[in-house]
Amino acid sequence: MDPTIILAAGVASGTVLLFAAVGEIFAERAGVLNLGVEGMMLIGAVVAFATAVATGNPWLGLALGTLAGGLLSIMHGIVAISFQAEQVVSGLALTFLGSGLARVLGEELSKAGSISLLPRLTLPLLGQVPIVGPIFFTDQSVLVYLGYAVVPIAWFVISRTRQGLHLRAIGENPTAADSLGVDVYRLRYAYVIVGGLFAGLAGATITLAISPGWFGDLTTGGAGWIAIALVIFAQWSPLRAMVGAYLYAAIRRMLLDIQGPQEILGFPNPFFYDHTLTFFLQMSPYILVIVVLVIVSREALRKRLGAPAALGIPYIRGERGH
Amino acid sequence: MTVQAPTHRPGRTGLTGRLPWTIRLERRLEVPRWLPPATTIGAVVVALLIGGLILAFVGADPIRTFVHVVRSSFGSLGVLSDTLVTATPLIFTGLACALAFRMRLWNIGAEGQLFIGGWAASAVVLIPIVPQGTPSFITIPLMALAGAVGGAAYGAIPGILKAFRGVNEIIVTLMLNYVAVFWLGFWVFGPWSEAGFQQTPQFPRDAWLPRLSDFAEAVPAFSGLTVHAGFLAALVAAVLVRFLLFRSRRGYEIRLIGDSPRAARYAGIDVARNTIIVFAISGALAGLAGASEVSGVIHRLQPSISPGYGFTAIIVAYIAKLNPYGVVVAAIAFGALILAGREIQPSGIPAMIQGILLFSLIASEVFLRYRVRIERR
Amino acid sequence: MTAPASVAAPPLAVEMRGIVKRFPGVVANDGVDFELRVGEIHALLGENGAGKSTLMNVLDGLYAPDEGEIRVRGEVVDFRSPRDAIAAGLGMVHQHFALVPTMTVTENVLIGLSRPRFRIDVRRYDDEIAALAERQGLTVDPRARIWQLSVGEQQRVEILKLLYRGARILILDEPTAVLAPQEASDLFRTLRAMVDEGTSVIFISHKLAEVARIADRVTVMRRGKVTAAGIPAAGATPASLARLMVGRETLETLERAPFAPGPVVLSVHGLEADGDRGLAALRGLSLDVRSGEILGLAGVAGNGQTELAQVLTGLRRCRAGRISVNGVELANRSPLEAIRQGVGHVPEDRTGVGSSPNLSVTDNLIMKSYRDAPISHGWVIDGGSARRLAEELRTGYAIAAPSVDTEARLLSGGNLQRLILAREIESKPRLLVAVQPTRGLDVGAIEAVHHLLVAQRDAGAATLLISEDLDEILTIADRVAVIYEGRVVGLVDAADADVAEIGLLMTGGTATAHAEPGEPGALVP
Repeated sequence: MDPTIILAAGVASGTVLLFAAVGEIFAERAGVLNLGVEGMMLIGAVVAFATAVATGNPWLGLALGTLAGGLLSIMHGIVAISFQAEQVVSGLALTFLGSGLARVLGEELSKAGSISLLPRLTLPLLGQVPIVGPIFFTDQSVLVYLGYAVVPIAWFVISRTRQGLHLRAIGENPTAADSLGVDVYRLRYAYVIVGGLFAGLAGATITLAISPGWFGDLTTGGAGWIAIALVIFAQWSPLRAMVGAYLYAAIRRMLLDIQGPQEILGFPNPFFYDHTLTFFLQMSPYILVIVVLVIVSREALRKRLGAPAALGIPYIRGERGH
Repeated sequence: MTVQAPTHRPGRTGLTGRLPWTIRLERRLEVPRWLPPATTIGAVVVALLIGGLILAFVGADPIRTFVHVVRSSFGSLGVLSDTLVTATPLIFTGLACALAFRMRLWNIGAEGQLFIGGWAASAVVLIPIVPQGTPSFITIPLMALAGAVGGAAYGAIPGILKAFRGVNEIIVTLMLNYVAVFWLGFWVFGPWSEAGFQQTPQFPRDAWLPRLSDFAEAVPAFSGLTVHAGFLAALVAAVLVRFLLFRSRRGYEIRLIGDSPRAARYAGIDVARNTIIVFAISGALAGLAGASEVSGVIHRLQPSISPGYGFTAIIVAYIAKLNPYGVVVAAIAFGALILAGREIQPSGIPAMIQGILLFSLIASEVFLRYRVRIERR
Repeated sequence: MTAPASVAAPPLAVEMRGIVKRFPGVVANDGVDFELRVGEIHALLGENGAGKSTLMNVLDGLYAPDEGEIRVRGEVVDFRSPRDAIAAGLGMVHQHFALVPTMTVTENVLIGLSRPRFRIDVRRYDDEIAALAERQGLTVDPRARIWQLSVGEQQRVEILKLLYRGARILILDEPTAVLAPQEASDLFRTLRAMVDEGTSVIFISHKLAEVARIADRVTVMRRGKVTAAGIPAAGATPASLARLMVGRETLETLERAPFAPGPVVLSVHGLEADGDRGLAALRGLSLDVRSGEILGLAGVAGNGQTELAQVLTGLRRCRAGRISVNGVELANRSPLEAIRQGVGHVPEDRTGVGSSPNLSVTDNLIMKSYRDAPISHGWVIDGGSARRLAEELRTGYAIAAPSVDTEARLLSGGNLQRLILAREIESKPRLLVAVQPTRGLDVGAIEAVHHLLVAQRDAGAATLLISEDLDEILTIADRVAVIYEGRVVGLVDAADADVAEIGLLMTGGTATAHAEPGEPGALVP
């Protein structure tokens, strides 16, 4: 129950959530709800792992896994943007499809041997910084460091660039953006695919860095859905998503570790003595998500924050609101 | 007097830019009556074709697989009975989803509500709430009631959160699915465990839903048929839901809210209250699925009492276009698929085909919104 | 503004010849010619449905004309989109703004531009836009978010967007529909200044007084054709313009029973309520409506009408005040309670609030009556009697629809409004709140609605008619009240109504102080 270990593990597995959440933030800010994240993560995970097993090259696995997620998201784009279907159902369908397909592709993989993982790094100077160093900069996968870089870049792009301006415009008022010459359809496709790529990346992160191996649906354990909830918690801000991702993952790790010691704070540890109680521990992360959402909903109402105004609403050119 | 909508000015998606034809989508103002069933059938056909291609890709023979599926679900009285057994929980959960979706409440938690319903029904026997030896005409209705109430309570949670706080019900119901699995796990591995194994003791005979094979002495043809009273209950539920939706005041309100929440408010309807009520009814239906499974099929509680009925139900509801009677038909079809699918290798194929099917269905709806014109340039 | 004879006529900024634009079932522009000179304000006048907006949408590139030719500054142009128009220096400000509420002014101006390439230097653009705004007399804080701005300020942002892109020809579609009179005066002053520097402006309106005040020349359209092309505004009288617009000199008059009001049905006192943005919309509003009368509430849009209707029908909470209908206190009760107390509501938004688009005509017609007999008995709805009612109402109110099973979204605006009125009237309301009941309807439908409202009144109903169309109010109301900034500022009998005085009240003036003709705020230029 060492806090440093828990936080470091939190940062590591939080990176998975982070990637998926940032991708989803891009898609949702553009106005498209993508509930297929879980399916895309699974596809990314299985493709990355299978490639690494087959070729021995985890970098190739990373690239292909990421791409696989992007490819799947194109289907969502077509149905949600061009066909203007109900985005919720399209996303769900892709989750079924993605997880089924991933199971098929990964059929033999659970027996596969170990693979060479992506390298882990300890940064020389930063790793020495007290408290922060051992958590963030010591023995973390390169993908974790990638996560550190992705967030500020994402924030910058969204808030301080012309591209980000257009991204926000098409998610808030696509009619206005269209009338000013912004190609709403093309941009929405682009950002949906970005979301898919990130989801694929997140899946690859699991199998190539955090929890190597392929375990069917259990590989992600619902991480895709948690990432979607995280986006709401983050109020569509990449910085806040990062904080939330690391925190959540750390809490989850802590709950797992609670089962270990015989005593907690001087009292006998009930989870050590009665293992059936661990079921409640396993439930808690999911209940935590619900609790967080409830708290955030009150905050959002108060501060008049909220989702991008056009989120989930297909854009149909020529339809004015009276 | 039909009116043609103005044509959609060609967008800038360059995907079709290089072909010698233009594909133009014209918004439809009216939908001919034959079109919705036609698109549904078309979508199913396309999905089956794609599924067949994938089967061929992994080395199975698609035609033989399909024939096998049909034969092993409808080929004889015995397998037909098995199909209906598999269809029973699908009807309940399909109704649950169809009802909720009608009000645009995305109840993705039918699986969890099913688990809780099964748990509650088992509690009647395992706590026990009624003493051993209570006759079945008391035990079984009590189990059904427990399943419905348990499911309703569990379904009311996302309903209340959505009604009062606007919390996204998709995530809440999904999270609650996981919680329900662990809840069940606790009881099965813990207090109710049979000698430390991963299951509870088998229920006494009084807690078993009657099945056709119970009457094999009187009707020899019934021997070996496991279809149980739950199927009848499911059919009754379908009739009741249809009545609710189309003949009752509550159903009118549900449909109105689903179509235009603002108009519903203007009409004096309490959307929040209906949200909770509909989620509760939906949960109750899914809970009955769970009760039906533990009482009619499994006869005990074990870590998993459903191979994903709650998720398949979403597709069932969609194929049925949210119609209660359509749900019955679709549920039977999917019951067949699940049953036969157990033998298909690799095991992910039925799930994948379900995904393709759902996807194909929503994609096909584009034809309901637009007329496609292909013109030479 | 007349050009001295010795100077050659200024070149034409815009020339449209023989424009024909057809939509299914109607020819919106039927061989229209239009000219805009450089440096003039040219008003395009006509009723709802005359074809003015269509013509300008053609000019702006939103629609492609079926026939005809357009020239800008002498060059033939073929705009495929408003983007092409802007590239040619021509831009349009629509009635519904194309703004993103959560973004700042600067951000809104920058949307769609290809510069800056990547990073936005916020400070620099803020300053640039502030300077532009200052120069043109369109002051607005570039860092403010759109939702924080008043409607008048938002309109300035729309104009700034066009000016920033180099537009020298501006088309404004009913710009004063959403402005308070003081803001309208500011706008006119600004336009004048712009025009003096060489910008050319087309000003679409249906308000005679404004047109007379601001325009140099006027083109009048009626039913898709031009009835007066580019006549000088100075010489035209309101009466002659009206004749050109509607083809008749007098407004419609309706047969009705003599005004004999009964007891007070609706009594509102000291109502205070906030609008959607948290700003006060109603600031102590009081009024009474009696049975057998139509009380018309006149006012420029945005003075609290929407909020008042919502508060009266239970759709919005009020902070203070009393509302009583036949003695029953209804403030802050639910919409259902208002319905139960006999408050009928013909809402502003007939497609989003007043009807359910994918449900059938029948289902829409029973929206208020489905809870009670004979439509329902206990929990069950009697489909047969619902259908019978629907058929009765369909014929009785001449709702044109293929059948009572037709989905409501397929009905035309006029028929949908007939449906809504049928439903509300059928519920025999004690009080009918009708908000903008004839907006967007053609002349025939407007008359039908007026007849229905007057028939109700003759039968003893109490009606509150909330409308931005003063002509409508003067046609059918018995008494006229004026709403300004959330309060009732004047109340007269329709028979004694002095249009000038009402107009003054609508602009915030007081009854005793009259502006001299020619001053801002006066109706007479």
